[in-house]
Amino acid sequence: MMNHRMLIVICLLVVISDVGCAGHSVKEVTVPKVDGLIAIRGAVVHTMARQEDGSWAAPIANGVVLVRDGKVVAVGPADSVEIPDGVTVLEAEVVTPGLIDAHSVVGLAGWLNYDHDQDQIERSAPMQPELDAFDAYNVREPLIDWVRSLGVTTLHTGHAPGQLISGQTFVVKTRGDNVDEAVLKPKMMVACTLGSAGYGREGKSPGSRAKQMAMLRQEFIHVRGYLDKVSAAQADPEKDPPARDLRKEALGRVLSGEAPLMISAHSSVDIQNALRLQKELQIRLVLEGGAECYDHIEALLEQKVPVIIHPTMMRASGAGKNASMETAGKLVAAGVSVALGSGYESYVPKTRVVLWEAAIACAYGCPFADALGLITASAAQLLGISDRVGSLEVGKDGDMALFDGDPFEYTTHCIGTVIDGNVVSDLVR
Amino acid sequence: MSSEARLKIRTGMRSTFFTMLLLSTTVINAADVTAFTGARVMPVSGPVIEAGVLVVRDGKIEAVGASKDVVIPPGAEQIDASGKTIIPGLICTHSHIGMGGGGDSSGPIQPECWTLDSVNVRAASLERARAGGLTLVNQMPGSGHLISGRTTYLKLRRGGTVDELLIKDSTGWPMGGLKMANGTNSQRSSPFPGTRAKSAALVRESYVKAQEYRDKIARAEDDPEKMPERNLRMEALVEAIEGKRIVHHHTHRHDDILTVLRLRDEFGFQVVLHHVSDAWKVVDEIAAAKAPCSIIVIDSPGGKLEARDIRLENGVVLEKAGVNVAFHTDDFITDSRLFLRSAALGVRAGMSREGALRALTLSGAEMLGLEKRTGSLVPGKDADFVILSGDPMSVYTQVLETWVEGIRVFDRSDPEQRLYAVGGRGAGDDQAYHCCGERGGQ
Repeated sequence: MMNHRMLIVICLLVVISDVGCAGHSVKEVTVPKVDGLIAIRGAVVHTMARQEDGSWAAPIANGVVLVRDGKVVAVGPADSVEIPDGVTVLEAEVVTPGLIDAHSVVGLAGWLNYDHDQDQIERSAPMQPELDAFDAYNVREPLIDWVRSLGVTTLHTGHAPGQLISGQTFVVKTRGDNVDEAVLKPKMMVACTLGSAGYGREGKSPGSRAKQMAMLRQEFIHVRGYLDKVSAAQADPEKDPPARDLRKEALGRVLSGEAPLMISAHSSVDIQNALRLQKELQIRLVLEGGAECYDHIEALLEQKVPVIIHPTMMRASGAGKNASMETAGKLVAAGVSVALGSGYESYVPKTRVVLWEAAIACAYGCPFADALGLITASAAQLLGISDRVGSLEVGKDGDMALFDGDPFEYTTHCIGTVIDGNVVSDLVR
Repeated sequence: MSSEARLKIRTGMRSTFFTMLLLSTTVINAADVTAFTGARVMPVSGPVIEAGVLVVRDGKIEAVGASKDVVIPPGAEQIDASGKTIIPGLICTHSHIGMGGGGDSSGPIQPECWTLDSVNVRAASLERARAGGLTLVNQMPGSGHLISGRTTYLKLRRGGTVDELLIKDSTGWPMGGLKMANGTNSQRSSPFPGTRAKSAALVRESYVKAQEYRDKIARAEDDPEKMPERNLRMEALVEAIEGKRIVHHHTHRHDDILTVLRLRDEFGFQVVLHHVSDAWKVVDEIAAAKAPCSIIVIDSPGGKLEARDIRLENGVVLEKAGVNVAFHTDDFITDSRLFLRSAALGVRAGMSREGALRALTLSGAEMLGLEKRTGSLVPGKDADFVILSGDPMSVYTQVLETWVEGIRVFDRSDPEQRLYAVGGRGAGDDQAYHCCGERGGQ
């Protein structure tokens, strides 16, 4: 999408004031380009790498990240990284890995509250795991531009909460002119909703929590039978395989452990149901939302259930009425695997911005590095994409967000976003 | 636990509850004069005072200034606020806390309805607003009507009844504005309008009737025989055209904004433009009309088609054009606990820090016609203020205490009140409940 952009932005650090690079201090200059090479220099570089003991590596003062052909080839203090002559150098006060939104509906949910722009939920049946986000993602959605201009380079997106099983999610980078160019990992998770948010409309099932659980149990029994028939046919050429069933194939990936079931649940009773289902089916469970999950930290640890926590500023109403801005910090302190998602709002804002949500988590007790981790390295780890993104280490993708100050401060600007070594946003926002 | 023991605990809780009530009454009477010392004081109406002093007597500000200039009255209770920042209480010109509603679905014009009759002042949302540093809100009905009703100005005093939170005018009448809306929210199926022109025509028709009603009363010259029967709908509109009730007008699109200004000029009501998503497109017209703007900040553009082009830059564009600009929460579109954030994002977009803080305080007071009572830290005004842990524009700053008329209505160091500030088990309940066993209210 951005390949046409031959102008490279350099934010000169002549004056770092309260307004940083707002307006006047950003310059567009054409720089002779050395093929495939770009260097990003930061007064502070948060690599978000982990040390051997699992703690965060210290930020690098006056650091440089060198990217060749889209991959990080060197990262370290300026005096240890040689920048070849003629290489484009971007400079910023603070450099972080490209931000990861661990649960979004952007690209399916568009920026306008009208049907043609809202593809995140299909209400014709309560369980439709055969729906694939791949077929619904609008790569030219303006909200993608919006979050990209605020440093987001990776989205885990897909069908919204609202149906018992709403579809399959996938992971994209906020790049490309078509979905194939955007995708990083297809068929990521199967999205499920427990609680009243997942009830059917106009009296249709499920209309109660018990019914939701009964429907899920019965469905997975059918899927188990389907998988058994498939394996029986594979083992015995005499036996016919069952007719292909896309729905059972999708849920079969959950039973086989290939894909986690991501259950959106907020209230304590629904979180307990999710945890019970995980035990019964022995599946990989990811809890999404989790407004009241602070009541179940021990069980989350015991059952090794990661949590994609709700946006810190989610509305304190309905099932989320007891949400706490301190939950992310509490989960991190307890050792739960946790990442932060922008979630889903049916009205406005059409997307939340994970950078600002992590900022509030930090202001409400989550240490800085852990809060940044919620939207970088920890998110990548939770999503199983840490071999590619989430930290600035040799061999990983050259995805970065550039800031003119503390990324979490309201008054700091994101001054550039880089994906695979390409500048994909040069706005000051 | 034996039932006897349970009974004791329950009785114990009840007596604690009554003791607390008594104590708070005692505190109100005792604290006649209080001096807050050592804080960075940002009065809004004047320069920032480092290590300043704020003296409060009987709910009013008695003095504000540098420690060398202010004599602390003998016998004053002194509160050390060193290292902290004191700003005026935050004022939200557009709030739905307490969920007060106006008209029903019977028609588009219902100025006879009044949020005063529907607001629940015991709602958790009021606690959250106090925790966010708010001291005054304009409690608005919704935008699904052309005229949805009368609004209520509420001081966020501690009180269990709406009467305890009202602001009264010199005649003892509760103060508030009139909520109007145009654009798509109020366009619905009949009897609501279906187009913009019809919306304006219906409003025009109502105000023409109000003018006639007003003239009829004038002609009657207090003769009971000639006086028309009281008409509550007309009374509210007459108050608007006589300048006694400020019109708070929901409007988004550039042409809708100009329609509001046209109707204002036709009928002479005083108007505050609310939301004003397209403000940046018609800023010159807004400035020429000297129309104050109460704006909202949301985290991403989009939503309704008419609000699609909302920009974080609205605050700065209006400020630079010399328009009086305030922020509002529209709670629960945005959370009152994070109201300071709206101004900080305004600064991010280029507003001055002074302008952004004014837009949370004094500008809002002006838009409610209450600037003589509140909105800045000036002797004689109500002692409505907030004690912050630091810079009002920083994400890391916490609201430590909120004071309304010299009484502390939020104290973050109190675990029960802190719960409303940060959330958690029980935070969403409108009131702690005192029945049902030992987990009640947790």
